[in-house]
Amino acid sequence: MPRNPKVYGAPKKPGEALKSLKRIVKMLYGFYPVLVPVTIFCIIFSAAVSSVPAIFVQKVTADIAEYSQTGDWEAAKAVIFPKIGILIGLYVLSIAAITIYQQLMAYMTHGFLNHMRCAMFDGMQDLPISYFDTHKHGDIMSYYTNDIDTLRQLVSQSIPTLIQAGSIVLFVLSIMLYYSIWLTLVVLGGVFLMMLVSGKVGGGSAKYFVRQQQSVGKQEGFVQEMMNGQKVIKVFCHETESREAFDALNNTLCEDSYRAHAYANILGPVIMNIGNVLYVIIATVGGLFLTCGLKNFSLSGIAFGIDIVVPFLNMTKQFTGNVNQVSQQVNSIIMAVAGAERIFGLMDEKPETDDGYVTLVNAEIDADGNITETTARTHQWAWKHPHTADGTVTYTPLRGEVTMNEVDFAYVEGKNVLHDVSVYAEPGQKIAFVGATGAGKTTITNLINRFYDIADGKIRYDGININKIKKSDLRRSLGIVLQETNLFTGSVMDNIRYGRLDATDEECREAARLAGADDFISRLPEGYETELTNNGANLSQGQRQLIAIARAAVADPPVMILDEATSSIDTRTEAIVQRGMDALMKGRTVFVIAHRLSTVKNSDVIMVLDHGRIIERGSHEKLIAEKGTYYQLYTGAFELE
Amino acid sequence: MIRTLGKCVREYKKPAVLTIIFIVLEAVIETFIPFITANLVNSIKDGTEMTAIIKTGLLLILMAAISLGCGATAGVTCAKASTGFSKNVRHDVFAKIQTFSFRNIDKFSTASLVTRLTTDVNNLQMAFMMLIRIAVRAPLLLIFAFVMAFVMGGKLAVTFVIVIPFLTFGLLTVAHFAMPAFRRVFKKYDRLNESIEENVRGMRVIKGFSREPYEKKKFGAAAESICQDFTKAERIVALNGPIMQICVYFNMVFILSVGSKLVISDLGQTIDVGQISAMLTYGMQILMQLMMLSMIYVMLTMSAESIRRLCEVLDETPAIANPENAVTEVRDGSIEFTDVNFKYSEKAKKYALFDIDLKIESGMTVGIIGGTGSSKSTLVQLIPRLYDVTVGSVRVGGVDVREYDLDTLRNSVSMVLQKNVLFSGTIRENLRWGNPDATDAEMEEACKLSQAHEFVMGFADGYDTKIEQGGTNVSGGQKQRLCIARALLKKPKILILDDSTSAVDTKTDALIRAGFEKYIPDTTKIIIAQRVASVQNADLILVMDNGKISAMGKHDELLKTSEIYREVYEQQTNGGDGDAA
Repeated sequence: MPRNPKVYGAPKKPGEALKSLKRIVKMLYGFYPVLVPVTIFCIIFSAAVSSVPAIFVQKVTADIAEYSQTGDWEAAKAVIFPKIGILIGLYVLSIAAITIYQQLMAYMTHGFLNHMRCAMFDGMQDLPISYFDTHKHGDIMSYYTNDIDTLRQLVSQSIPTLIQAGSIVLFVLSIMLYYSIWLTLVVLGGVFLMMLVSGKVGGGSAKYFVRQQQSVGKQEGFVQEMMNGQKVIKVFCHETESREAFDALNNTLCEDSYRAHAYANILGPVIMNIGNVLYVIIATVGGLFLTCGLKNFSLSGIAFGIDIVVPFLNMTKQFTGNVNQVSQQVNSIIMAVAGAERIFGLMDEKPETDDGYVTLVNAEIDADGNITETTARTHQWAWKHPHTADGTVTYTPLRGEVTMNEVDFAYVEGKNVLHDVSVYAEPGQKIAFVGATGAGKTTITNLINRFYDIADGKIRYDGININKIKKSDLRRSLGIVLQETNLFTGSVMDNIRYGRLDATDEECREAARLAGADDFISRLPEGYETELTNNGANLSQGQRQLIAIARAAVADPPVMILDEATSSIDTRTEAIVQRGMDALMKGRTVFVIAHRLSTVKNSDVIMVLDHGRIIERGSHEKLIAEKGTYYQLYTGAFELE
Repeated sequence: MIRTLGKCVREYKKPAVLTIIFIVLEAVIETFIPFITANLVNSIKDGTEMTAIIKTGLLLILMAAISLGCGATAGVTCAKASTGFSKNVRHDVFAKIQTFSFRNIDKFSTASLVTRLTTDVNNLQMAFMMLIRIAVRAPLLLIFAFVMAFVMGGKLAVTFVIVIPFLTFGLLTVAHFAMPAFRRVFKKYDRLNESIEENVRGMRVIKGFSREPYEKKKFGAAAESICQDFTKAERIVALNGPIMQICVYFNMVFILSVGSKLVISDLGQTIDVGQISAMLTYGMQILMQLMMLSMIYVMLTMSAESIRRLCEVLDETPAIANPENAVTEVRDGSIEFTDVNFKYSEKAKKYALFDIDLKIESGMTVGIIGGTGSSKSTLVQLIPRLYDVTVGSVRVGGVDVREYDLDTLRNSVSMVLQKNVLFSGTIRENLRWGNPDATDAEMEEACKLSQAHEFVMGFADGYDTKIEQGGTNVSGGQKQRLCIARALLKKPKILILDDSTSAVDTKTDALIRAGFEKYIPDTTKIIIAQRVASVQNADLILVMDNGKISAMGKHDELLKTSEIYREVYEQQTNGGDGDAA
């Protein structure tokens, strides 16, 4: 799956970053109100325990130094072993704490990510179509891949490490102060220098990493285009040229990537050796203090001695190492928060609103025309219309009458794509829309099934304002087959059954027969159980359309919208499909959008659209007789684009 | 696999070797540093003169400087080697794809090739960097530290004999159980993301059928199962921390307790306090390096999948290669199919084409008509040798297509594909695909012939108008006409239009065909079409059905002899009035 190459910038304002970070922590806490504090406690506890032993180790070495003068092992044992005993106790606690928090982290991280993923996905299902029309699919995908990955990094690594390293820094600092303020100051000076250098080198690295990302993006775009057009490249013997163009991009990428990595690789040795030098300095200064007998200045008031210098040296390493950890985590947290903000952006997107309350129910209509609601599948439908005013419910039989009244519509304020469009579709009529690309044909169907909403009362379905009909019920009553066929991973049978989840295998086969798809499906290697992958990539476009028609047929909807549904099917097969569809649609209303005039010719009413206006309407014969635009189209004098 | 990729190192062998050398140097110095520090600590303890302390200090600083020099140099050469290596891999993979024939292209999906060139190469680069840097450094440091620990610590080093087997066993056990778990879950994870992509793409269908609750439920179940698998795998890995910790702490306690006895018992003669602290340092180092090694082990096996996928491309043999002593001239545009059978893959049970015998004379116009899946496209793709026949032979200009130099053949046989694409760039740049040296006059001529000149001039920038990626800013009909112009610029002996005017209106379609008759009469023209009108006047019309030529002849003959042809013709001329209502 192609990952969307995106250059991740830092969030706009640090304040916002902090807000998002708080939101993540709050959510995490909300999911795990007990485990989160337990984990934090364990992290800090293990950090504390891992710094305390330094004191005991120092005490033991001091004891060893002292008793090695006398060589009195028995006496030494009495002093040293209790200390080692305490040490062992601390270690056991520390191991317990580490085990607990790491297990909890593993558990919580994936639980949290699962929550986030599902929340994102569920939220996404409820977004209006306009969201998907205005956002690139690659960008949406990167929320689920790149951004979730950074979030995982944040929760499982950055935050715990920050807490851990941060508390170790504090603990070690206080122990160092406990021993000697002078030496501590020397260490702090060294750390300051270290941060300075690492900031410089790290900054260079960051600059080139951004450039590298840009080069990666460019190259990925190129590769995507070339892989798509690989067959054209072959046909035109363009292999050499495309290789050269690729190499040019490849070299730039290599150059940027080299710089970025070179800086990043230098950082490690630099930090380590500053640490080494600091070590020497501490040793020398310590030695100087010792030889000169300088007075120690510390929280504990211990006199200066070898037993201070030695543990101090160890602590220096620990201190610098953890300061580094903290500064690195801060960077990666900023990056991760940018990803989290995008995820929140998707989650906070306003869902599709639905104030509809009229629902579609299976109905039984008796001889007198009385309608009763039933759960059985009766092939008769009714609109259930509850009236809040008096608490009564009325049933209107579903007939499939659709009217549009002087509809104006604009996707973008001020740019009307439909002007004053009125359509009257009687039940059982076949209504066709013809017109150039961008004339507004698909927009009309977008409005009928409420992918986009317009002002109240302009569109009525069986006399009911469609804004009052619950969206899911409205759409259930409309079968749509689109030009761009989308099939899902699963068997052919599963794909057909998508139209009606409780359809039996036989019903699915019947629908396929109606759609004229049964023939080719039976010839597939596994027949109806053939697995489709990658949007049915192993089928031809025409075959995919046939499956899509079968899918709509099994839903058995009262009204059907066919938006260029047969454009990729050859005319002979189309005629077969048409026969099946006509049988299926008997007494149902059908809206047809087609490029091929032979598809729309037998419609009851044909509307010719031009720039969002209906310029001609009438039956094929009537429009031919008028000798207008339709006539010109039909005789081939005009091109539809 | 390793050998296949090893070839990609090439000119970056030098920085790679340099990296290893400098890493070794750095590791040597790094090992001696604690040794010197121990001396330093001892001299301080013994109250040695300040000058001696400073001397040792200076030595240490010198060593740190050398270590820094080596480390930084290694960092730079490592970056050079690894980014260069991945550049070469990308180059090789891309170049390899360029040699693929259609059969090879069909085998890999576009998306999977893109992933290989991006994510997989990236993983490989990381693995390579690890390999020449840390994988050299860690074992070295391990061995050095080991030796030093034995030299300095004497009997104390016994601790490692206990700790190391335990740690190695622990880490390997964790890796052994965690890795397959991760591999499984990553595959599942990829599938989950694919299903999200599918969901986003099919949103209109989902909303159209009100399937949102169904999709939510389906996704929830899949996500939950992945969450559980992930947690399980991660919890195994999380055992690394405690195992490591146990070893470090055991080491400390052992050294302190046994060490104290040793030091005190013989009054610091054989071993002293400084040595104990050095032992602690080396102990830490040994355990850290073991941890590193286990990490590398995990990382490398994780990237094994990427390596496998890259090698799959690199090891693929192009199904069609240039013959030796190739013919480099195509005499004329005659075509002859002799007893041709064809199937797309050897495993396929059914032939996509069979019993094709066909003779087309140079300069003829041939129309092909037939239903969805009747193998019209398959038939014509054999002519420029985009696929090789399974049985029989195809001759162009009297010579078997397999004897031609591929470029020669394909430059003489110009094909406008059904699924055609324009590339991002200006119209002019796109047209030049046909002929890189085409003059403006030639381009205009080709565009006039394909009826594209007029609308191109209608654009503000004319021939310099930018085409967006995928050609989204021109209409379907315009795109098709530009693709025809591009093919015409080759000045081919054979021109094949595979349903290339489906979005062009009938009048323009007729104008294009009339132009062909008038201006390129010597070129053999093969036209696949849905509309009978597009092929009606052809010298020869083939009616394809189910991989066979079911009928051929002129329009009038076919109306009499071919039921399929008559049916299609009637449908399109009389319309569906009679039969469909």
